[in-house]
Amino acid sequence: MINNLWLHPGLILLAGALLLPLVKGRLFRPYLLLVPLLAFGAVLQMPQGMFGVFPFLEWDLTFGRVDRLSLVFAYIMTLMCIIGTLYGMHVDNPFETAAAWIYVAGSLGVIFAGDFLVLFLFWEVMAFSSVFLVWFRGRPESVWAGFRYLLVHAAGGMVLLAGIVLLYHATGDLGFHQLDVTRPTLPIYLILAGFILNAAVPPLHAWLPDAYGEATVSGAVFMCAFTTKTAVYALARGFAGMEILIPLGVVMALYGVVYAVLENDARRLLAYHIISQVGYMVAGVGIGTELAINGACAHAFAHILYKGLLFMGVGSVLYMTGKSRFTDLGGLYSKMPRAFVFTLIGGLSISAFPLFSGFVSKSMIVAAGFDDHLYWAAFLLTLASAGTFLHTGLKVPYFIWFGKNNCTKDTWEKAEDPPVHMQLAMGIAAFLCIFIGVYTPYLYDMLPYAVAYAPYTAYHVTESLQILLFTALGFFIFLKKLTPEPVISLDLDWFYRMGGRVFKLGSQKGMDYLSTRAQQYLGEALPRRLNTFSQSAPARLSLLLIRPLWYLTGVTVKGQEGVEKRFTETFNRSLFSIGSMAVFTIIMLMVLLFFIS
Amino acid sequence: MILDLIEFLRHRLKRVIQVCCVILALLVGFDAFLLDKGKAHTAAENMWGFWALFGFVSCVVIIFVSKWFGKLGITRREDYYDQ
Repeated sequence: MINNLWLHPGLILLAGALLLPLVKGRLFRPYLLLVPLLAFGAVLQMPQGMFGVFPFLEWDLTFGRVDRLSLVFAYIMTLMCIIGTLYGMHVDNPFETAAAWIYVAGSLGVIFAGDFLVLFLFWEVMAFSSVFLVWFRGRPESVWAGFRYLLVHAAGGMVLLAGIVLLYHATGDLGFHQLDVTRPTLPIYLILAGFILNAAVPPLHAWLPDAYGEATVSGAVFMCAFTTKTAVYALARGFAGMEILIPLGVVMALYGVVYAVLENDARRLLAYHIISQVGYMVAGVGIGTELAINGACAHAFAHILYKGLLFMGVGSVLYMTGKSRFTDLGGLYSKMPRAFVFTLIGGLSISAFPLFSGFVSKSMIVAAGFDDHLYWAAFLLTLASAGTFLHTGLKVPYFIWFGKNNCTKDTWEKAEDPPVHMQLAMGIAAFLCIFIGVYTPYLYDMLPYAVAYAPYTAYHVTESLQILLFTALGFFIFLKKLTPEPVISLDLDWFYRMGGRVFKLGSQKGMDYLSTRAQQYLGEALPRRLNTFSQSAPARLSLLLIRPLWYLTGVTVKGQEGVEKRFTETFNRSLFSIGSMAVFTIIMLMVLLFFIS
Repeated sequence: MILDLIEFLRHRLKRVIQVCCVILALLVGFDAFLLDKGKAHTAAENMWGFWALFGFVSCVVIIFVSKWFGKLGITRREDYYDQ
């Protein structure tokens, strides 16, 4: 992939991952830092343009389309790779770190892909490498969650591929550019479905909390940063201004908030808030103005850092105590004060508190909504941001570090601030969260379009503070309502987790029902009726024809002495006189003649 | 240092709550009397304390709607999938 001295940062990570199992002893930990640093360096010195173009069969595959949009995503992703690797320095399994690096390489491959074929290749690399970050947790639940994750992403990949093939068939062009979102065709919808599955848009979202809640401590830090944000990049590149993304994004933002209220597991709660936050970005892409696209990119940038920080903070509690459910934790502030402060900084950043990163990024999207007169979307997104503060800013820190102490003696003894490398990683992320919030040009100068937006106006700061502080008031008033309960909440993964069981039960019961009914009707009732029919039908048919003749001749038809009774008895005994047979035959012949003529 | 600060505040919880209430009141007061509302997006925002009310109502709505939603059969025992 070296072309005009251009080095793909994904290639550095890929090569680094392949060599990683061979590096032993004192070199191991420095090597862990060196590789992501080199990848970050490669992004920093990268010029814009088209690189890494290879002819393959009848196509030109482009591995390196470098512009402002791809650069801002590549910058934050390689930076997060450094932080995540530093956080995971305690991991002795080299294959876990290798899987994480290949996963990041996959994301970078998508970010720099100039055509759909290269994009699809790296899209699949992401799914098949990140699943190991779930499996390496080693619990039986993780193995199953990993398989579910893989199945969902494999299905999504197939839909994407189908869209790509159909699009190529229709247009003869494989290039990955802005698609025609005003007149979307089937291929465009299929590609969109593939993208929004990775962005975790309901109803295609349930894989996210399912897998992220079961991932390894450092694996979750990687996973929360890359899959959904790569999808946001892909949407911003191909689907800017697609209006259906606005309601979808708003639904995401609210959906994650609702489930976060019910959630008892801290990491699953954070996972639901990824859906909520990515909802802002998806809505931003749907609005599609320069301000909105800038907002989506800025929010993805800020989100990768604060969500990584939150997963690191809660992950460090899991790492030290082995617990991540609120009903197993509480009151830990005296044991893990630093982890508390770092998590709080993450919580304030995601809640868009003034002077923290979310404040300068999220507000761009909401402002773009107001500017476009999409008041319902802007107000609902603001409502969701109150929910974000309620859970990530208040519920997570409160019920882990304060609140009722639910820790067992064992948990309490194990709890203390995590190792230095974890604190360092959290410190860097926390610093960047505040730095972005305080010094806006750092982020704004990297965005795809020039920024004319100023977040720090008296009106906006007062607006945000009022929303946040009065949300906090509501939190403390209804604190009892929010006390965590040891429950799980069913989500749409129910359909593929329980689908097999329902099918089995359904087929058992269904087959039982079917066989009983078949016995009842086909085996018993039907033969009985056929029998009765064959016994009495000729007599009845004949009666039908002969009765008018009897009436004409004036004989007694009904009653004990009537001819009808005698006639039926004759039929039942099958004793026919020659006369009656002759009469019957003649009548039948006349009927036939009548119908034929 | 962090621990000392937390303990310091916890020992003066009543005073902390009083200070927080004063801050909330000042914020609404600032919104009502001093803030230039030229940047408001909609007419409703000109009402004083609009965003404070919006924040509080949002919080209450989110809590109660979610709890109601959970009671529809969404929340289950933790071993639901193991049975």
